[in-house]
Amino acid sequence: MRIRAEELSKTYDRKHRALDSLSIDINMNGIFSVIGRNGAGKTTFVRIMSTELLPTSGRGYINEMDVVDQADAVRQDIAVVPQEARPLPWLTPLQTVSSYLMWRGYSYREANEKGKDALRELGLEGKENEKSRKLSGGQKRKLMAATVISSEAHIVFLDEPTTGLDYLSRKELWQLLSRMKKDRLIILTTHYLEEAEILGDQIMILDHGKLVDLGTIDNLRNKVKLPYVLKVNAENFKLEDDEVQIHPVSEKETFVYGSASKIYGLIPYLVTNKMKFTVEEASLSNIFEQYLGSGEDDENEEEDR
Amino acid sequence: MMKMKRKIGSQIMASILVNSIYAMINYPVVLINTLLAPLAILAVVTFASKGTLLPVAAVGALIMNMVSSGTSLQQDLSHLKNDMRLQDMIVSSPTSSFIYIIGMAISEIVYSIPTLAFLIILNIIFVKITFLGAFILFLDMATIFTFSISLGFFLSTFTSDIIQSWGFSGILSPLLTTIPPVYYPINYIPYPFRYLAYLSPTTYASEIAQSQTGYYALSASGFATAWLVLIAITAVLTYLALKRSRWREI
Ligand SMILES: Nc1ncnc2c1ncn2[C@@H]1O[C@H](COP(=O)(O)OP(=O)(O)OP(=O)(O)O)[C@@H](O)[C@H]1O
Ligand SMILES: [Mg+2]
Repeated sequence: MRIRAEELSKTYDRKHRALDSLSIDINMNGIFSVIGRNGAGKTTFVRIMSTELLPTSGRGYINEMDVVDQADAVRQDIAVVPQEARPLPWLTPLQTVSSYLMWRGYSYREANEKGKDALRELGLEGKENEKSRKLSGGQKRKLMAATVISSEAHIVFLDEPTTGLDYLSRKELWQLLSRMKKDRLIILTTHYLEEAEILGDQIMILDHGKLVDLGTIDNLRNKVKLPYVLKVNAENFKLEDDEVQIHPVSEKETFVYGSASKIYGLIPYLVTNKMKFTVEEASLSNIFEQYLGSGEDDENEEEDR
Repeated sequence: MMKMKRKIGSQIMASILVNSIYAMINYPVVLINTLLAPLAILAVVTFASKGTLLPVAAVGALIMNMVSSGTSLQQDLSHLKNDMRLQDMIVSSPTSSFIYIIGMAISEIVYSIPTLAFLIILNIIFVKITFLGAFILFLDMATIFTFSISLGFFLSTFTSDIIQSWGFSGILSPLLTTIPPVYYPINYIPYPFRYLAYLSPTTYASEIAQSQTGYYALSASGFATAWLVLIAITAVLTYLALKRSRWREI
């Protein structure tokens, strides 16, 4: 499965640039994690590639079919759970899944059978005939995931499917996604970076609509200047050094990002001062923070881009 | 990749199930929902005219029912689109906008079956009409239904929230059914207001209907003109719904 974007851009209301000349080419089966801060353009990317939203300029391709000009063909092979999709409260979970499958062209009987299987796989059996409004928030998210997972689509977009799921439910969904990814491409946006890291065969970091980096977790780690992290457990740890990045986590814990030699060079000092510490390879969250954490928080920044 | 054989019947059925049958099963009170508005006006007109306008109002209520299908379609679809994000899931699925409209249009008919049944019985009892007249009346209803469904679908694709969608239906309903001569004969309107009435497609539908029930004398050319205008407006709206609605967002 292949998704490709060429200089893909989206400007909302003629001024708000949500996606900025994004060019990528992903040709694989597996999970493609898309991460970035709130407003980075993840949903905009998903909605354009899934033929829900027109780009302002540039092109997108799903299996080499243009998402604008060949939308009908693209739609035969994709399925999407939008970020804000919710089950209709007057339907039961089984009705929710099976009606979606019928919209995909399954017969009523097939849709019901597949629907039951999907609900069972996500641990929603027993709830299948209650009204959806009685489900908890996380159960509703699971139900939405179940609808598209049960379909035959080879390219599946899941926009923050695990937000609000408890840890065990998330793991259930991870296992399901891992099982179904063999012959599919799953585009997954998430704010849980460990999830993006564990599941993502390829990971894309977006910021202000621009591509920050794209690759496997090892690729990303090799590209950052500071691929190691030293986690120091000490009160108000301070260090003056231009070659490392220091990110206080709390008063008692500080992360220091640096190169291997730099980090190992610090160890004698820590030992002498009897500080507790661990050294690890940078995780995706560490990489994310290195890329995006140093900049000012521009939640309130007005658009002058 | 293996191509799946997709059933259009299933795609249509899904809309009918979701938008009417499941709703009716789960909340039976909606069964009388669609009956109240036409019945209320029917009663007022009948009592105010000491019964003489009952047959006109009975046909008028049918027309109103057809138009209401469109306005409630607009509300239903806006809700599914904006609050539930269902339209995004349909847009990105193999169901085309045309198949979606067809399914949703039928769902509105299914939804108003109790009302339709009641009104048809009322018409059979109180309205004197020839067999041909009944057939013309049926075509008339089908056309105004197509008009209102197209209008409802078209508008729904432009709404971005529920308040906007309430706005649309709040305007359309009186403008298309209460004010124009749907429940009373058109020659009750003095000039120059009568010209205004001709701005509404329901006026033409009503003229056609009333000419068949004997409440309004329409010349052959007037009859043909009414049909022409009604069909033209319906064709334009159907075109808009199919080709110019905002199925995919911009
Ligand atoms: N319909 C819209 N109209 C105008 N601006 C929009 C619209 N949708 C999104 N935006 C803007 O585009 C930018 C990107 O939004 P997008 O929803 O793609 O971000 P995101 O990465 O999915 O964020 P989140 O993690 O919060 O879901 C944001 O700044 C947002 O304000
Ligand atoms: Mg988003």
